[in-house]
Amino acid sequence: MGRRAILGMLGLGAAGIVVGSKVQRVIAAVLEPITSRDPTGLTNLIPGADRFRIYTVTGSLPNRSRAAWRLSVGGLVDRPQTFRFADLLDLPSTSLTVDFQCVTGWRVHDVEWKGVKLADLLDHVGVRDGATHLRFTSFDGVYTETLSLAQARRDDVLVAYEMLGKPVTHQHGGPVRMYVAPMYGYKSTKWLSGIEVMDHLDPGYWEHRGYDVDGWVGRSNGRDDPPIAGA
Amino acid sequence: MTALRSRSRGRQEADAVSGEVVTRFDRAERWLHWANATLVLTLIATGSIMYVDPLTALVGRRVLVNTIHLYAGIALPVPFMVVLVGRWNRGLRRDARRLGRFSPDDWRWLRKRSRATGSLRVGKFNAGQKVNAILVAGSLPVMLATGSLMKWHDPFSDSWRTGATFVHDLGYVGLFLLVVGHIRKALQDPVSMGAMRRGTPVSLRWAEAHHRGWHDEVVPTDDPPDGSDVG
Repeated sequence: MGRRAILGMLGLGAAGIVVGSKVQRVIAAVLEPITSRDPTGLTNLIPGADRFRIYTVTGSLPNRSRAAWRLSVGGLVDRPQTFRFADLLDLPSTSLTVDFQCVTGWRVHDVEWKGVKLADLLDHVGVRDGATHLRFTSFDGVYTETLSLAQARRDDVLVAYEMLGKPVTHQHGGPVRMYVAPMYGYKSTKWLSGIEVMDHLDPGYWEHRGYDVDGWVGRSNGRDDPPIAGA
Repeated sequence: MTALRSRSRGRQEADAVSGEVVTRFDRAERWLHWANATLVLTLIATGSIMYVDPLTALVGRRVLVNTIHLYAGIALPVPFMVVLVGRWNRGLRRDARRLGRFSPDDWRWLRKRSRATGSLRVGKFNAGQKVNAILVAGSLPVMLATGSLMKWHDPFSDSWRTGATFVHDLGYVGLFLLVVGHIRKALQDPVSMGAMRRGTPVSLRWAEAHHRGWHDEVVPTDDPPDGSDVG
């Protein structure tokens, strides 16, 4: 009896690996009306629910108010500037509704983002000749990321301050974070505090730990996820 | 079962009767239990930190937590391999067989609302203990397999990785509930707890009251054996 039960569980586990992503999609659809209205977040603990998982590489969750937040944009630019939150609101805003895909496998469908296109911000400060890459820093003091200038100028790359119709919470990298839609989540720096325009590539935090620099969804890190809509 | 020789105290093999007491768990069993418990509790703690958002926010340090989780997971088979070596595992093997066998009274025990009447013949382990052992024994290899697939993901399709994550999440919730239930039951049962913690032999009277099938098995009586513990 015991042996049969254990073999049965191993079989279920193997079946779960093969069909789990489909089952999960069904569960997520069924749970969505509940999880989206649950202020406690407890229903998020049900396996299969579409949910963000909070990744932070430092000891505590960085926390900074919109009033205290600053973004310094410098390097190879004509007009280096330290942005306040209100300065961002003066720039034209862009909204996107796309999936969020983590390189470790979880995906959250149809996340609405609002912010300033990075391309608009770069035009505002003026990128100098010879610039090839950008380096993003976080006020967690540790995290860094990169994009090539061509990637940074895409229409689906945002300096985001709203997520799902509300201010980006500090758990999700607020008050302001990057959102690089066509790439895996690690490319979207949370708790954004600095953008440096450079003439060379300086690999970021996870890229030093083996992740691909060009983190396209479905075309990097050995993964083949369905590409993000509109990317 | 009859010719179990008594050796020095505390080194008795499981089921050895000495005077008015009987050894419930021997060294090999207790060593395996506590080595496995240490690893599983470490895995649940680090897993919780990565799965439950408020804990993630509180602790952070994803790389460190992930590394501890990884090594504890890799170490999971080691205690089982260690107890396979040598002859000290005879009691353990006997108990493993007992845990896997369900007598007609075990099925009745599982269905019965009140189990305290004492009318059912319970062997060394009651049916709840058997179910717990089987579920843990079945889920640990599944967790090890899905965790390995998530860690060494390159050869596997994205759909399998998502499926493995889903199964691993399910297993986490299941194991968490199992372990909490197990600890709760253990705290309510100081005799069994002492037997597992320090190897304290249990009184034959306790054995007769709570595990009559086991008592009759280790204490030969004049009654004809009815074999009810080997369903």
